[in-house]
Amino acid sequence: MGQAYSTIAFDPAKCDGCGKCMTACASVKFDSTDTTRSLIQIVRSGGASIEPPRPGEFELALCRQCADPKCATVCPAGALGKNGATGVIDWDASKCVDCLLCTIGCTYAGIALDEHSGRVSKCDTCEGKPACVPACPTGALRHVTTARIYNEVGSWEDLFAPGLAGCQGCNTELLMRHALRRVGPDTVLATPPGCVPGMGSVGFNGTTGTKVPVFHPLLTNTAAMLAGVKRQYERVGRKVTAMAIAGDGGASDVGFQSLSGAAERGERILFMVVDNEGYMNTGMQRSSCTPYGAWTSTTPVGEHTRGKSQDAKNLPMIMINHRCEYVATASTAYMEDLYDKLDKALAASERGFAYLHVYSPCTTGWRFQSALNIEVARKAVESNFVTLWEYTPESGLHFTRPVDKPLPVTDYLEAMGRFRHLSPEQVEHIQKKVTENLRFVRKIAEQADEQ
Amino acid sequence: MHTTDYLIAGSSHAALEAINAIRMHDGEGSITVVTRDPHRPYSPTVLPYVVSGRSTPERVYLRDDAFFTLNKVDYRSGCALAGLDPAAHQARLADGSTIGYRKLLLATGASPVVPPISGIDRVDYHVLRTLDDATRLRAAMAGSKNAVVLGAGLVGMHAAENLVKAGASVTIVEMSKQLTSGYFDEVAAGMIEQAFLGNGAKIRTGHRVVGLEPGPKGATLQLDNGDTIPADLLLVAVGVRPELGYLDGSGVATERGILVDDSMRTSVEDVWAAGDCAQARGFFTGTPVMNAILPDATVQGRIAGMAMAGDPGIKPYPGGVPLNTYHFFGRHAISVGSAAVPEGGRAQVRFDAASGRYLRAVFDRDERLTGIFGVNEFFDAGVMAQLILRRTDLGPLRERFFAQPLATGRELMSQLWR
Repeated sequence: MGQAYSTIAFDPAKCDGCGKCMTACASVKFDSTDTTRSLIQIVRSGGASIEPPRPGEFELALCRQCADPKCATVCPAGALGKNGATGVIDWDASKCVDCLLCTIGCTYAGIALDEHSGRVSKCDTCEGKPACVPACPTGALRHVTTARIYNEVGSWEDLFAPGLAGCQGCNTELLMRHALRRVGPDTVLATPPGCVPGMGSVGFNGTTGTKVPVFHPLLTNTAAMLAGVKRQYERVGRKVTAMAIAGDGGASDVGFQSLSGAAERGERILFMVVDNEGYMNTGMQRSSCTPYGAWTSTTPVGEHTRGKSQDAKNLPMIMINHRCEYVATASTAYMEDLYDKLDKALAASERGFAYLHVYSPCTTGWRFQSALNIEVARKAVESNFVTLWEYTPESGLHFTRPVDKPLPVTDYLEAMGRFRHLSPEQVEHIQKKVTENLRFVRKIAEQADEQ
Repeated sequence: MHTTDYLIAGSSHAALEAINAIRMHDGEGSITVVTRDPHRPYSPTVLPYVVSGRSTPERVYLRDDAFFTLNKVDYRSGCALAGLDPAAHQARLADGSTIGYRKLLLATGASPVVPPISGIDRVDYHVLRTLDDATRLRAAMAGSKNAVVLGAGLVGMHAAENLVKAGASVTIVEMSKQLTSGYFDEVAAGMIEQAFLGNGAKIRTGHRVVGLEPGPKGATLQLDNGDTIPADLLLVAVGVRPELGYLDGSGVATERGILVDDSMRTSVEDVWAAGDCAQARGFFTGTPVMNAILPDATVQGRIAGMAMAGDPGIKPYPGGVPLNTYHFFGRHAISVGSAAVPEGGRAQVRFDAASGRYLRAVFDRDERLTGIFGVNEFFDAGVMAQLILRRTDLGPLRERFFAQPLATGRELMSQLWR
């Protein structure tokens, strides 16, 4: 299997050319204040004639740690090579003969002469902890470590059977497989009616769709049954994770009383809600999580109604008011964030109730092309239509992916068919609701900051 | 008879890149490498550093046995190509055996030119093209008091510097009027000359050797003006050219090298050529040129490998651009592109005697860079090569580019990166 690597990502739209990354690099690498020695170089780009430069007018000269490194192919001394474990193009100073041919090979100015030493120098990503990234005040530089998911998680056992029967482009399979991989084989799984058993978790012809014990509770009693199962295992002294993968309908409507009760009692279970904003498995009926204006089969668009006329219930915020051990929202557009939260939720479920709410765009019910699921999920976050945060009783609520410059909500609404009919007034209502929701969550986050 | 899908003759940069390119597209087809050299792959470019002791023979190998095992390559060293029958898809080896191939790459490199000087067959002399040459030269260098280097190209100059540093009295004899001609212009060559003179070397440019006689210790050279120079070590470094005797009767078209098209295909079906043995289109001339430099060998090897494997991602050869770097006595010289000023174009030069920084840039009539040469002036040669290859319009930035080639080059390139 191939190997994925961590990388330093650069967003030119956020770079204002302050040069703090270069200061940090020169200091860490050479104990120098001379930024010309920095292995990361911010350079002026397109708007070079405009003074003073503005954000978006800078580019980066930095080793790309190429998969197919030209510097290494033109090195006559075998001093450069791709490190299979780290992905870094390693430079072996003892083999290098200072011929500078590598600088001919590189198109990106990623390896250059350090005039102080008379030798070439290049970025080695500071052994996986690049000093430039924390020095960047605008967030233009990021150290993307998602590679861990591919490398580490990829080798964990997939605990779902092959051939789950999801709709084309649905991200729930991704979610189910990743989540169960992370939680591991010592798990008892509850999947109440909804898309997850519909996709095959409960199996066919007498065999389950999972490699762990799975059961199919009613919509109404999922949390109660799971709590009982967990207690029985505790009573006989076996350590298992009791996990539910439920839909938003089951959790927020008829299943809410058992969910709320289990949370209130602090049952040691991990409850994951896959929120596709409706009863999508049974024909796309509205749920209390369906947003205002959305078309569903029970909120049709016609002479009398123009989609759902009520706003969505904010279920994760309600869960906070149970003072659960852990509550978080997540999105499959941000897998690192999702994994981080899975780790924390899993740990919290050993102490008490852990609730993870994952936003899950529905290709079929929301009406968008099957290739665009992750894109729609990303736009939901980038427009603040949904917000990603986590909560613990000790530290309160914190945003994990705050959005500084949100997209207009129309960018999100126009990405799918279920909002196609919206009138300007309806769009205005949704934008207001987004702002109000954000203000509400922010208030709670600010209270956490004041503590 | 052994048969193979891909037969590669040669084992240096072009051959190694071809192996990579083939394996990118064809994970299974059998690859056989035959090379006249007895060693694992290495670069001729590193040899001056083996001579100087900066590197050692056991540390210069570019691939280990594990690489060939992993890539399922049958690597046969000490196994030179001796003849070719393209109609039968068969190659004859020096040991008399025959190999059948489906596709053949000729990456046989080049060999030192031995000038037809009277008496050269009666004296002991060195060349520097193989690892064994380097080992032999290094051993001889230790005892040398009076060394002569014939030829002032980069190989000769490198070796001369090594000999100077080893304590020998060194004379460089060069036929043309300046050192490193073809690599660096007159001014840069002048700086190189001064550095050598300042370190005690003697330089006899504009002279040819007309005779060689065995002397009491080594050889005695006779120059065209009647001067004689004793040499206890003689290095012949007047250039390289491909040895193509193995193509006799094969029908593969050659001039100074093996003629290839923009996918490195020769005139004969299922035979490609790349690297120092190939004569491919020059970027500036549009006609087939010899551009025997390492970076071009890798580009050509890559293209040949892709073409042989049928990789649809292949892009035609952009044409050969001269690219050279050269370190001398702690200074560095970089040359990218053509030194000749194109019609309607111009050259811009600046020189700061105090710092020894020299820069010459050549632009065509449309303000596009065609060549840039520096001594002690660092710029990203790879970026410059791209600006040339992409025929980038420097337009209003030309003055700033010349003042700050490093920063402005990166700035220009940054618009082309995305």
